[in-house]
Amino acid sequence: MEKTTDFRKIATEIRKDILKISYDAKVGHVGSAFSIVEILVALYYKVLAITPKNAKSPQRDRFILSKGHAAPALYAILYRQGFINKKTFTSYCQNGGLLEEHPTRDIKGIEAATGSLGHGLSLGIGMALSGKIQKKNYRVFVLLSDAECDEGETWEAILSAAHFKLNNLFVLLDYNKVQAFGKIKDVLNLEPLTAKWNASNWNVIEVDGHNTQEIINACNKKNLLPKPTIIICHTIRGKGVSFMEHTIDWHYLTPTDKHLKDALNELNKL
Amino acid sequence: MRNAFIKELTEVAGKNKKIILLTGDLGFTVFEDFAHKYPDRFFNMGAAEANMMGVATGLALSGLIPIVYSIATFATMRGFEQIRGDVCFHNANVKIIGSGGGLSYGHAGFSHHSLEDIAIMRAIPNMTIVCSSDPISVRKAIAKIIIHDGPVYLRLGKKGEPDIYSEKLDFQIGKGNILKEGKHAVIIATGNLVKNALIASDILLKKGIACGVVDMHTIKPLDTKLIDHLIEKYKTIVTLEEHHIIGGLGSAVAEVIAEGNSTNLHFKRLGIPDIFIEKIGSQKYLRHIYNLDPEGISRSIFSLIN
Repeated sequence: MEKTTDFRKIATEIRKDILKISYDAKVGHVGSAFSIVEILVALYYKVLAITPKNAKSPQRDRFILSKGHAAPALYAILYRQGFINKKTFTSYCQNGGLLEEHPTRDIKGIEAATGSLGHGLSLGIGMALSGKIQKKNYRVFVLLSDAECDEGETWEAILSAAHFKLNNLFVLLDYNKVQAFGKIKDVLNLEPLTAKWNASNWNVIEVDGHNTQEIINACNKKNLLPKPTIIICHTIRGKGVSFMEHTIDWHYLTPTDKHLKDALNELNKL
Repeated sequence: MRNAFIKELTEVAGKNKKIILLTGDLGFTVFEDFAHKYPDRFFNMGAAEANMMGVATGLALSGLIPIVYSIATFATMRGFEQIRGDVCFHNANVKIIGSGGGLSYGHAGFSHHSLEDIAIMRAIPNMTIVCSSDPISVRKAIAKIIIHDGPVYLRLGKKGEPDIYSEKLDFQIGKGNILKEGKHAVIIATGNLVKNALIASDILLKKGIACGVVDMHTIKPLDTKLIDHLIEKYKTIVTLEEHHIIGGLGSAVAEVIAEGNSTNLHFKRLGIPDIFIEKIGSQKYLRHIYNLDPEGISRSIFSLIN
C-alpha cells in the first residue's frame, strides 16, 4: 500500500506544479494537463526505460506527447525526474524562456515537437519501425487525446501500425470524453471506440486512467499478441480539483489568484 | 527522369544501408527491383501521405535516411502540415521525391497537375528544393541530396525526357548552371522546361536575338550570386517553369530583382497563369496551348524585346 500512496503523493505534487507554472505564465490547458498526470507518473516512474543519463541512447524507450497542449504535465514530470532543471521548468511561457505551451525541439527528454493534433502516432510509428529495421529492443509510447481520433491522420496511422505489426508500439489514450468546444459525444461521436481499435487489429486494454498501478500493469502486460497495443485510459479532465472536473472551461482558463488558492487547498487535502 | 531516379537510388542504397524508401502506393514497374533487392528497406505506405511524412520523420529522428515518393501533387499537398511541422521543424533528414511535376500527367487532369508545389515548399524554412531538368542531372542530384543534411524536395518529370547534360556534369545544390551565353536576353528556367528554353533560344537566334539559358535547378536556396550576375549582364530576363507564375521560380527571382538596385530591367515570368488548366490533352499539347512550347516561349521573349 506504500506504493499506492507514493503515486498519489507524486501525482498531487505534479498537479500543484502544473497549477503554479500555469498561474505564473497566465496560460491555460490546466484541465488537459490534469487528466494525464497518472498516465505520465506510471510511464516515467515504472515503465519507460529512459533516464536523463540515457536520454540520447539509441536503445532508449521513446515517449511522444501527441496531445501537445498537455505539455505542463510532461514538463513537471521531466523536472521531477531531472531531465530539466528548475530554471528551465519555471521559464514556462516566460518571455525568453525555454518552454512553451507545446513541446518543442532541443529539450532533453522531449522526443518530438507536437502541438497540432494527430501527428504523434505517425512519428511514433517511424520510431517503432526504425527499431525493427535496426533490430533494437526499445518500446515506443504515444499519448493521444480522444479528440485526436477526429483527425484523418490518426486513422491512417492506426491502419499502418497494425499492418506492420508494430508490437513495440503502445498508445495511451486520454479518454476524458470532452474536447475543445463540447463533449466528444456531441461533437464527433467516437463510440464504439474500443470496438474500432479492436477491429483495426490492435491489442486493446481499458483501464481507470487515474489508477497508476492499473496503467503500469497494462503497459507491462505479458503475452500480448504481436500487434500494436492501445491502453484506453478512462480519465476526467481537470481531475483532482472539483471545480475543474468534466468542464469545457478548464481546457482554456488560466488560474486566477482565487482559483490557485482554492485548487491548492483541495490538492493539499489529498 | 523517374527511371533515372530509381536506378541511381537503388545503386546508392546498396552502399548506404540507412536509405529507406517509402512510397504512397506508387511505383508499379518502377520500384520492383528496389523492393526485391532491399525488402527490409522498402515500405509501401498506402494512399496515406500524411502518415507517411510523420513516419518518415520518425525514421529520420532515429538515424535513418527516408526517401518519400509520390506524385508531386500528393507528395507536397496531402501531408503539407506534416512536411512543415514534422519534417522541416525538426530539420529531419527526409528526402521528398515529387514525381510528375508540372503537367507531366497531362491527360490526368487537375488533380495530378502539379503547379503549386514549388510555391508551397518554398514557403517552409529548412526546405531545400531541386527541380531536375534531365535524367543525367537527376542521377547527379540524388547523390548530393543523400549527403545533404536536412529536408529536400526533389521535383522530377516523368519519362521520355531527353538528356541535356553529359556525364561530366558537376552538380552542386544551390549553384545554377549557365547552359548558353547570350546578349539580348536570358531565360532562367527550371525543371522539365529547360529543354524547351534551349530550343527557344535556337529559334530566337534565327531572328537575330542571342538568348542565354540558365538551368536554375535549385529554387531554394536560390543562387542569388548567379542572378546578380545575370541582372548585370542582361537587359531582359524571363523565368520559365511548368508551374503557376505565382510563388515559384519566377516569384523567387522577382524577389531578388525587386530588392536589388537594377534599373531599366525588363522582366517577365513565363509559366502557367493563375487558372486551373482549361483544356484537355497531353503535356505537349497543353504546353502549346499555354505558350510553353519552344515557339510560344520564343514568341513571348520576342514581344518583350520589341
